Formats: sequence, structure tokens, C-alpha cells
Amino acid sequence: MKIVEDSPPILTALDRPNSYIGRSVPRPNMARLMQGRAQYVSDVVLPRMAHVAFVRSPHAHAKIKSIDAGAAKKAPGVIAVVTGAELATVITPWVGVLTHLKGLKSAPQNAIAIDRACWAGEAVCAVVARSRAEAEDGCGLVGVDYEELPAVTDPETALGPSTPVIHPSIADNLCFERVHVAGDPDKGFAEADAVVETTFMFGRHTGVCNEPRAIVADWNAGDARLTVYQGTQAPHMMQNLFAKHLSLEEHQIRVVTKDVGGSFGIKVHTYADEMATVALSKLLKRPTKFVADRIESFVTDIHARDHRVKAKIGVKNDGTITAWEIDDLTGIGPYSVYPRTSGIEANQVVNLTGGPYTCPNYRARARVVFQNKNVMCQYRAVGHPIATAVTEGLIELAAQKIGMDPLEIRRRNLIADDAHPSQGPSGIKFEALSHHSALAHLDSMMNYAGLRAEQEKLRKQGIYRGIGFASFVEVTNPSAAFYGVGGARISAQDGATVRLDGTGAIFCHTGVSEQGQGAEAVIAQCVATSFGVAMDRVRVIMGDTDNTPYGGGTWASRAAGIGGEAAWQAGKALRQNVLAVAGSILQAKPETMDIRNGIVVDAATGAERIGLDEVARICYFRPDTLPVGVQAELVATRHYVPRAWAFAFTNGIQASYLEVDTDSGFVKLLKHWCVEDCGTVINPQLVDEQVRGGVVQGIGAALFEHCLYDERGQLLNGNMADYLVPMAVEMPDIEVGHVVTPTADSELGAKGAGEAGTAGAPGCVMNAINDALRPLGAAPLTDMPFTPDKILQALGKV
Amino acid sequence: MSEHRCDITLTVNGESVAESVDARKTLVDFLRDDLVLTGSHVGCEHGVCGACTVRVDGVIVRGCLMLAAQCDGARVETIEGVSDGGEIADLQAAFEQRNALQCGFCTPGMLLTAQELLAGGGVPSREKIREQISGNYCRCTGYHAIVDAIESVAQARAGNKP
Repeated sequence: MKIVEDSPPILTALDRPNSYIGRSVPRPNMARLMQGRAQYVSDVVLPRMAHVAFVRSPHAHAKIKSIDAGAAKKAPGVIAVVTGAELATVITPWVGVLTHLKGLKSAPQNAIAIDRACWAGEAVCAVVARSRAEAEDGCGLVGVDYEELPAVTDPETALGPSTPVIHPSIADNLCFERVHVAGDPDKGFAEADAVVETTFMFGRHTGVCNEPRAIVADWNAGDARLTVYQGTQAPHMMQNLFAKHLSLEEHQIRVVTKDVGGSFGIKVHTYADEMATVALSKLLKRPTKFVADRIESFVTDIHARDHRVKAKIGVKNDGTITAWEIDDLTGIGPYSVYPRTSGIEANQVVNLTGGPYTCPNYRARARVVFQNKNVMCQYRAVGHPIATAVTEGLIELAAQKIGMDPLEIRRRNLIADDAHPSQGPSGIKFEALSHHSALAHLDSMMNYAGLRAEQEKLRKQGIYRGIGFASFVEVTNPSAAFYGVGGARISAQDGATVRLDGTGAIFCHTGVSEQGQGAEAVIAQCVATSFGVAMDRVRVIMGDTDNTPYGGGTWASRAAGIGGEAAWQAGKALRQNVLAVAGSILQAKPETMDIRNGIVVDAATGAERIGLDEVARICYFRPDTLPVGVQAELVATRHYVPRAWAFAFTNGIQASYLEVDTDSGFVKLLKHWCVEDCGTVINPQLVDEQVRGGVVQGIGAALFEHCLYDERGQLLNGNMADYLVPMAVEMPDIEVGHVVTPTADSELGAKGAGEAGTAGAPGCVMNAINDALRPLGAAPLTDMPFTPDKILQALGKV
Repeated sequence: MSEHRCDITLTVNGESVAESVDARKTLVDFLRDDLVLTGSHVGCEHGVCGACTVRVDGVIVRGCLMLAAQCDGARVETIEGVSDGGEIADLQAAFEQRNALQCGFCTPGMLLTAQELLAGGGVPSREKIREQISGNYCRCTGYHAIVDAIESVAQARAGNKP
């Protein structure tokens, strides 16, 4: 295969001369990444920097009776041994609650456990040394006397009367509960010709970022300033939290985020060991560094998706869906994670289930319980893979029961493309979606009829292939409705500042940040286009709270839609400023001119009037030659936040084609398709690659990834040899198609694309496996991940 | 502590290096900490993820599974040296054109692993390419773009027109 553009450039009304909107231009930051010249936080070294390692609880729940640090303190290279109580003199605990998740409760969490450890892996003591190796040696010499306490591990019994309550300060192990009833579900089920009821299980899994979490903290007591180099998705959020818990002002703190080796939602939370590392810098008045090793990552990086969903659908013989019902139960570890809470995923499951379809009759309950395992929180596509697999699993089981084609039942129930604005059964509001166009596109892209014929033919030869689908809706461009209204100081708006340099190039400072998605390229494309220069004349500055407008960072598919719009508007504003001063220089009306490819031109004819380098030269070095009273303003800032809609919902549909080896239980993925609609496509290649990467992450959930715990709360497979992730040889080629329905909330019209792949893939693969096994009479598989042993069990072979 | 240290002499990216290292120090830690060659990355420290891939005497190895002390007399090449020498310039260009990297953390190891296959000549199948890079974990791309990029370089090196 040769390299071809994945999608033809999509022309829009945003096209200006030299437009980069809709073009697959390469990202400007790739060369350094490929040459070994990146700077990840794990690469950062500062003078006098000390390394931190942690003694971690081997017990899921234990009282810390005493800590003997004597031997460790004398070990070679050890600078300090610090317990939770000692560190608490410089850092306050936190509680992960949000007021809009009514009733959500949690207990205070300390940077280092004091008196009691609540999961296996929680830090109970820090050792600071000249090198990481010496710090780890020191950890081995710290003596901790534990009294093991009963561990709460099974969510099903977490609320039972005989189960101990984990936090004495809270009445029970219930973190959060939400009940939602819409329409008339009882009537809906009564009217159904067929009802399908089953239980879906989603294995706890985690992000496995290639670069583990890393932080370097530098408290400069002389400046009374704290600089933190952190692989985070939300620099301003962290600035606020460091200030709040270290008794500093925000302006005393600079958070710098350079290259980040993967994030996926893992690096958008407050981690106790990172907070401890910052506190240790303040305590010791020198730079401190902590990089989680892989084993630590597995027991401390947030986990996600540990949900059990009992679900029911009613359907008429003509395919009309009459009612939905779900009961979701999830165990989130001993604390709700700060500051975004661990109630969001269950809340999203309630919000998103049934989302693509017209049936309004819906009953949902979600309960979030505490347990003595590692914490759970938001990971890529939060809640979507669960809601989508439940919805789409029910649809295909219902289709099977009434003998209808799985695409046909969707056609009969998906919200019509011309029915918007509309809403889902949970009340979520849709500005404009394109389910039917996406389905039609997918149908032809994959040659559905041809595949069905092939499948039928191969079944006669004993080869069992399956085709599965998943329609989905996707939350992107979140407004303050996500976190701000609940009291979290997490910015929903974002800003961009564009300034002309002395040669006519521009700098764009943006509050969104880069972890590989391509935000730097997208921002450069937007501002280059709206201002009027070539992309190589744009330098993007991001990931530095001292040098960027206040912003939210990059998560929940917000960077392109929100950060891109701010950059687009800032570029336009600077163009007006430059044309104003150029008008003074040229004695021409600014509105008759434009900036194209770095040159001020006559808008009507395109004739060159003056170069930007010359405008900059005059304004910066010879302002005396400008008319009296003319002051050039060569910096412009604009901000943007979605206002008309709480979220810019997008939509799409995926298909999976696979083969199940009925002797071994192995699944071979043959091909995967995704059609999605993220509104205006700024960079088709980057969107496609977000989708592909997301699909594979979702496939990991469907087939491989599972944090296996025993009944005592011990993680049994917390390393990369035992916890399986998708590797190249098992993955299929993935074809991506687009439908374009821009949001009218912004001029650019871009929505997000980062969750789409992960949202749909697990349900889609599940449906394909069940489709493959159907002629063999296997009970439908609904317990992810679908490992070979589960498939063989379904086939009755083991 | 002298019994815990080893004196080693080796070449790294063509430069002669003589150092005294902790006997327990891995090759990748030596490269990163002592020589400040941070292009080789530490992802799992137990030989699964491939982020620490470097070449020793012309063969790719896991920098986390080899001790620095084992490299006495060896010829070590890292992404910095291989990149600056121009050997993989076409591969890097293809990765850029195809967006075959996102966060970039796996990329140095991925490039060296791909180059080993490509250096063998011929045009490997997509399956063969996928097999070759299956010891290199990438969480971002889903691999498809990486396979495309490697395949296109194989075609180009074989003289096939795109």
C-alpha cells in the first residue's frame, strides 16, 4: 500500500486563500520526537534534584501501627525519609466531590497515607535520595508495622449489612447514586412483542500510557515560587490545586508541560504520589523528581470501567424499540478521585445509554460504591464504551429475537438526521447529528451485503466469521456543565494570544496542550488560516501557565473545538489590527485589504501592498514614521467557550469483521470500519488517526485488558507481561469515513473526535463475536474482555 | 563498593566512552542517566514495551534487559546517532507524512525495529511488518499508520514507484 490521503480535503465556507482548514498537513512537532530530541518530564534533570521513591502498602486495607525509618535514613545517598504525618505539615488533604453530582460523598485523602492504607499500592512513606536506585534501596529498609483490616472488594456486597464500612466518617460504602426515569418504561415494556434482558460486565482496566506518570517539582525558597514540570493534561487545573493544598497563591506557581508520553485521561487527575513529590520539594527546599515505574503505574494510575450493568430492552415485531432499562453498579476504590470525582463514569452511562435512538421510555439506576482497590476515574471516552456496548448489545440481541437485520433495526430507530435539535432518553441535548448518513456511508464502505454473503459461504466450510455494529453518540467540547458548575476550578473556556514578531511571523499562545493528538498542529492551522500566513510562520506556545492564557488543557475532546476556535478568533483579531496599521501606512481603507500568505494585499485583486515583515519593521523599529495618534497593536487575545449547548455531541457508527477459531477460542480481527461526524474537519489525517488509535484502545478493552484482583484486593497481573495490551500483530487495518455536520456554536464548527473510536469498538467487537457464534448456539457473550476461555465456555467446550 | 562497580569501554554513536558503572545498572539507564541520551525511553523495565530499543553490535536489543556492564567493548547505537547519521531519514519522513506517531514515546524504538526489518531488503507483507513491530507497544496510533509508513519505505527502497 502506498501512502495516500485518508480522506479528500473537505472544503468548507471557512476556506480562505491559503486555507489550512480541512487539509492533512503534518504536525510541526514530529521531527524532534523522531530524532530522540523530545523532552518528556522523565527526561528533565535540574541542579540539586533529588529522587523520590515510595514505600507502598502491600495490603488492600491495613492500619499503619508504626514506621521505622532509622535504617533507611542511614542508607547511602538517602536525603530524607518522610511519613504521611510529617508531610501533612506542608500539604492539606483533599476530598473529591462535585456539588452537581448530588449526594456524592468521599473521605479526605492524604498525599501519603496517615494511620491507614486503603488499597494495595497506596504510598505510606517516601524516601528521597540522590538517585532513584538509592531511593528504592532506602524503601527496602523502611520497616512498617501493619495490622491488616478486612478488605471490601466485591461491589455486589459493598452495601451489604455485613460488609465493613471503609471510611468511618461516612455512613456507608455508597459514594453516589443516580436514578433517572423518563417517558413511561412500564408501558413501553408492556407494549413490547419481545423483551431481552441480560447482564453486561466490563472488566476493570487502565490506560497504560507508554511514558508513566512523571513529575519534577522545584520549590525555590528564594523566589517563593514553585515550578512544576508535569506530564499533565490540565496545567492550569494543577496550578490551582498545588496552590490550594500547599498554602500558596496561584501566581506563585508555574506548571510546565513539555512532551507527554500518552495521556488518555490518565494524566488529568490528582495523584497522591505527585502531590507528595511537590510537597517534598517544599519541605526539602530543593527539586524533587518522581517517575512511576510500571508496577507502580498499575496500582496507582486510575483504573476505569469496572461496571456491571443489568439491562433490558423492549421491542415490537416491526423493530420499534419500546423501552430501555439499566441498573449499573461500579466499584471505584476507596476514594472518589480529586477533583473530577469518580461518579462521572456511572453518570455518563446513565446519560448516554439509548442515546442514538428515538425511544424515550427509559429507567436507569447507577450506584457507585467504595472498595479497597486502586481508585477508578475518567479514562478515554468516559462511560461511552459501557453505554454503547449495553445499548448496541441489546439492539442486536433484540434484532436476533425478532429476526431482523441488525442494520435495519437501527435504521428504524435511530434519530432522523432532519429531526434535530433533539434529545436522548436521558434528556441530553443534540444540536445536530447524522446517524442515518453515517450508517449509509458505513454500509457502502464495508460492502455489507458482500460480507454477509461471504460469511454465509464460509460457515458452510466451518469457518465462523462475525459482523458487528455499534452506533454511538460522543460527548465533546464540554461547557462549564461538566465540572465548573459542580464547584471544580477547571476551565471550560480557553484562550489564545497571537502576536506578530519582528519579521512578520506569529506566535500563538494557547491554553490547550499536546499529548500527541495534534493540538499544536490544529492550533497552527487555525491561526495561520484566519490571520493569513503560512504554517511555518506560526510558532505555537502551550503547556506553560506562565506563558499561556488561562485554559482547560486537553481532555474530553475539547482542544480542537474550543482551543481551535479561540485561536481562529485571535488570528482574525490580529489580522484586523495589522490591517488597521497597514491602512495607516498605505493610506488605504483596512476593509479593502486582506493578509494572504504573509503579505498585505488588496482584497479584491490580490495585488501585493506590503509584506508583514515590513509592517513589523515599521511598527517596532520606526514607529516615529507612523501618523501621529496611530498606535499599532500587534497582539490580540480571544477566548471561547461553548454557550448554546452544554456539550457538542457527535455521532458515528462502527463495524467489526472478525473470525473466531472455535477450537482455540481466539478471535482474529479481519477489518474494522468507523464513520464519524466531528463537524468541521480541521485536519482529516489527525481525525482519522484519533479514531484509529481510539478503536484499538477499545479493542483492548473488548479482548485483552483486565486488572484482575483477588478477593483480598491484590492485583494479580499488574505488569505488562501479564496485563495484555493490543500489539500490532493482533490489530486489523481500520478504515475511517466522515460525515460533516458543523456545530453552529462556533464559527469554525469543529467538534471533538478523540473518544469516538474507544466509544464504539468494544460493543462492536462484542456484537461481531456473538454474530460469529450464533449458528453454533452459543450463549451471547457479554462479559468483557472476551478471552479465549470465555469463548470456549460459551461454546460448551470447557 | 568497588565490587559493585565495573569499568567499561565502548563506543556509543561512534564516540568512545569509558565509564565506571554500577554493576546493576541497565544499559538504558546508563545511556539516559550517565550519557544523557534521553531518546531511548523507559516504558516497562521488563522487556515488553520496546520503548528502550537500541542497537548493540548492529542488532536491536532491549536496553532494559541488558546491563551496561555487559556492553564492555560493544558498539552501541541509539536513536540520536542513527537519526543524525541519516540512515533512517526516509523512514522518518514517511512516519511524518503518515502521522505514524502521536505522543512519540514509542517512536525511537519503533523506528529502530522497523529499520532492522527494512535493512533485510525486499518488500515485507503487512503481516510481516506487524509481526516485526509486535514487540513495540504503541498506545496512540492503533498501528495502522505505522504499518503504512514502513510499507511505503520498503516499496520506495525496492525502487517501486508510489
